[in-house]
Amino acid sequence: MFGYFLTRLGMFIPTFLGVTLISFMFIRVLPGDPIIVMAGERGMTEERYQEMVEKLGFDKPVLQQYWDYLVGVLHGDLGESFVTKKPVWDEFFALFPATLELSICAMIFAVALGLPAGVIAAVNRGKFFDRALMSSALVGYSMPIFWWALLLIIVFSGNLGWTPVSGRIDLLYYFPSVTGFMLIDSLLSGQAGAFGSAVRHLILPTIVLGTIPLAVIARQTRSAMLEVLGEDYIRTARAKGLSPSRINGLHALRNALIPVITVIGLSVGTLLAGAILTETIFSWPGIGKWMVDSIFRRDYPVVQGGLLMIAVIVMLVNLLVDVLYGIINPKIRRR
Amino acid sequence: MKLKLMAATAAMALSAAAAQANTLVYCSEGSPEGFDPALFTAGTTFDASSHPIYNRLLEFETGTTNVIPGLAESVEASDDGLEYTFKLRQGVKFHSNDEFTPSRDFNADDVIFSFMRQKDEGHPFNQVSGGTWEYFQGMGMPDLVESIEKVDDYTVKFTLTKPEAPFVANMAMDFASILSAEYADAMMEAGTPEKLNTAPIGTGPFSFVAYQKDAVIRYAQNADYWKDPADVENLIFAITPDASVRYQKLKAGECHIMPYPNPADIQAMQDDGDINMMEQEGLNVGYLAYNTTMEPFDNPNVRKALNMAIDKNAIIDVVFQGSGQVAKNPIPPTMWGYNDAITDDAYDPEAAKAMLEAEGVSDLSMKVWAMPVQRPYNPNARRMAELIQADFAKVGVDVEIVSYEWGEYLSRSKELNRDGAVLLGWTGDNGDPDNFLAVLLGCDGREASNRAQWCHQPFEDLILQAKQSTDQAERTKLYEDAQVVFKEQAPWATIAHSVVYMPMSNKVQGYKVHPLGGHIFYGVSVE
Repeated sequence: MFGYFLTRLGMFIPTFLGVTLISFMFIRVLPGDPIIVMAGERGMTEERYQEMVEKLGFDKPVLQQYWDYLVGVLHGDLGESFVTKKPVWDEFFALFPATLELSICAMIFAVALGLPAGVIAAVNRGKFFDRALMSSALVGYSMPIFWWALLLIIVFSGNLGWTPVSGRIDLLYYFPSVTGFMLIDSLLSGQAGAFGSAVRHLILPTIVLGTIPLAVIARQTRSAMLEVLGEDYIRTARAKGLSPSRINGLHALRNALIPVITVIGLSVGTLLAGAILTETIFSWPGIGKWMVDSIFRRDYPVVQGGLLMIAVIVMLVNLLVDVLYGIINPKIRRR
Repeated sequence: MKLKLMAATAAMALSAAAAQANTLVYCSEGSPEGFDPALFTAGTTFDASSHPIYNRLLEFETGTTNVIPGLAESVEASDDGLEYTFKLRQGVKFHSNDEFTPSRDFNADDVIFSFMRQKDEGHPFNQVSGGTWEYFQGMGMPDLVESIEKVDDYTVKFTLTKPEAPFVANMAMDFASILSAEYADAMMEAGTPEKLNTAPIGTGPFSFVAYQKDAVIRYAQNADYWKDPADVENLIFAITPDASVRYQKLKAGECHIMPYPNPADIQAMQDDGDINMMEQEGLNVGYLAYNTTMEPFDNPNVRKALNMAIDKNAIIDVVFQGSGQVAKNPIPPTMWGYNDAITDDAYDPEAAKAMLEAEGVSDLSMKVWAMPVQRPYNPNARRMAELIQADFAKVGVDVEIVSYEWGEYLSRSKELNRDGAVLLGWTGDNGDPDNFLAVLLGCDGREASNRAQWCHQPFEDLILQAKQSTDQAERTKLYEDAQVVFKEQAPWATIAHSVVYMPMSNKVQGYKVHPLGGHIFYGVSVE
């Protein structure tokens, strides 16, 4: 198992270097000079432009710029934002807990509903529940996040007044951030009602962000279950007289989980992409909106640093998924 | 330790809850870049920094572009227009925070510090927070200001390299906000000079309490303010980037006031009995600039004929969805010096066609450039270009619409031999007509901000004379005359000024829409 883990970890290094190169090149391939974009309609003199070019290090050859960036990254320095003049690292860690909290809640929501829904649909294949569920999953998968979020806000916050419109907690509550996770910080604050407020603020963004992964997980669980339910050993289990709940829950589901875990791992990327829109609509102070703003402003250090961090997180999750495969299915770790 | 933290947070919550009744919540559209206004250029940043936290030597009177005394009680210009002497106000207190309590009142040292850090490259604060001082540079201050001297503790003298009347308005701009030199020294000594930008100390009506990026900014009333204290005890910016969501928050009572509504929501807001909708023309202009150095656009009659072919009212309806006003002059009507006596070229395709024929122009093909971004003065340039294309087709002019990425657009549109006419616009900085007329239409602006590449001596003489005069009445007359010349020569088709809408709860009293675009909450109360 340890050897298997080391092999997976070894693949991490070239991927990481590749990602530094891609994230560095990506923003430079886009047309648009960050200095001119910064100056806007006002423009600047040629002399001033040259000063800025030197100040930002754009006068050096691109390879030299990449090398400086790589050395910085390896020393834990992602550079400073052109716009806010603050270290990218500090900005990332100030914002990331909000994205992580929302993504974890969305994932729990998607798995908690998606797995049982998929299993029930597979067991009731072709029946009304199965058809209704699969149609809803298709709708959920195709739903434009922006539209879905506004619809929920207008109905549940605007008309019914059940949930707050946006933000992470009611403005009445004010306490210093300890962990960056509002659910934990609100509990630590000891203020009556703070935790409840944080939970209420999480409901709509969680549903919006979790909808696509929920649909994907439900569909994947259903098809994986159907495949497993047709296997010989399930027939044998049935012939042995095992109860349907034991067959479905223990023998079928465990084996159906491998492709489902793959999908959950891949959904982390979907969640981070979905977070961009969800965070913008719900005024959620996470990394999604931060990245989009920085792309429009051609804020090179933030774009390359943010992309790198997101890529590393996705890689780490996939590493974890690979390890989980090994645990669930011993055949894989022996390969 | 934990107990202490909990006690502290509980106390903060209690005080916040107690004060909630007297809190103004503003659903702002974005996060500030920082809190030191001289470092940045975005209006969102100034709303969160220079307006609540700081003052300047001179101020713009809220709701107008008039310049009034601020931290300076008076300013006197020498006869040659080269020296400006500011008499400073006494007894003005700076805010304090956990790490700093001022030991003295505001004085000349703070003025010298606030400007010299921007001007002098050897100043210890020149490079702090990556200082590029965009506005100080952009307004030409390094070349304009020769020296800044402390005459005594409450007198400061600025010496200029040339007479320039708009200097007075520059002193009321956000970059000219006054910071505490004592706080700067304390932070430099503590090894955290960047705190000037992240934990700001000023003399303004509100002191900074806390900021969580992309979420919330909190301010408290400055009880020691040198004017009457602000009407609300707490000011909160709830950062809400999406306009539809801001509207929902306003309806749900989660905020009292919001900027930049969606044009599509304006009617519903106006119909809502709980919402008070204020409006005013923005300090901006959207225009189509011909390249006046190229044939046939070097002929003023051709330019005028094309202007007559544009149906501006249709543009206001379709592109601005009503939230705009037809522009007849290159400066907006809220600005002093605006010449309202000028009549706009009437929309008359037949006359335009005849005029083009009379000038010997037939089968004209041209490019119209459409910006790729949304701006207050032009919310949809592509659509605007399409309408102009259809209008020009009616007079026999064939238009090809071109567009580039924003940075490319800005640099290519400056080129002297650029083909065709460019859609662009401008938002004023200091409420001075010079900031529009000289920057956008002066001879020095060619191959830069003068996209028409227009240099017309009679116009140039008028704006140079106005720049050098310190007599406001004389300047007004000169700018009015300059607009007459502009209209005759037609280097642009002036298209629109946006209309700024500010929806707010009926509970909000005393808010004034500011023509310079800032959102100012001093003097605003909540019932």
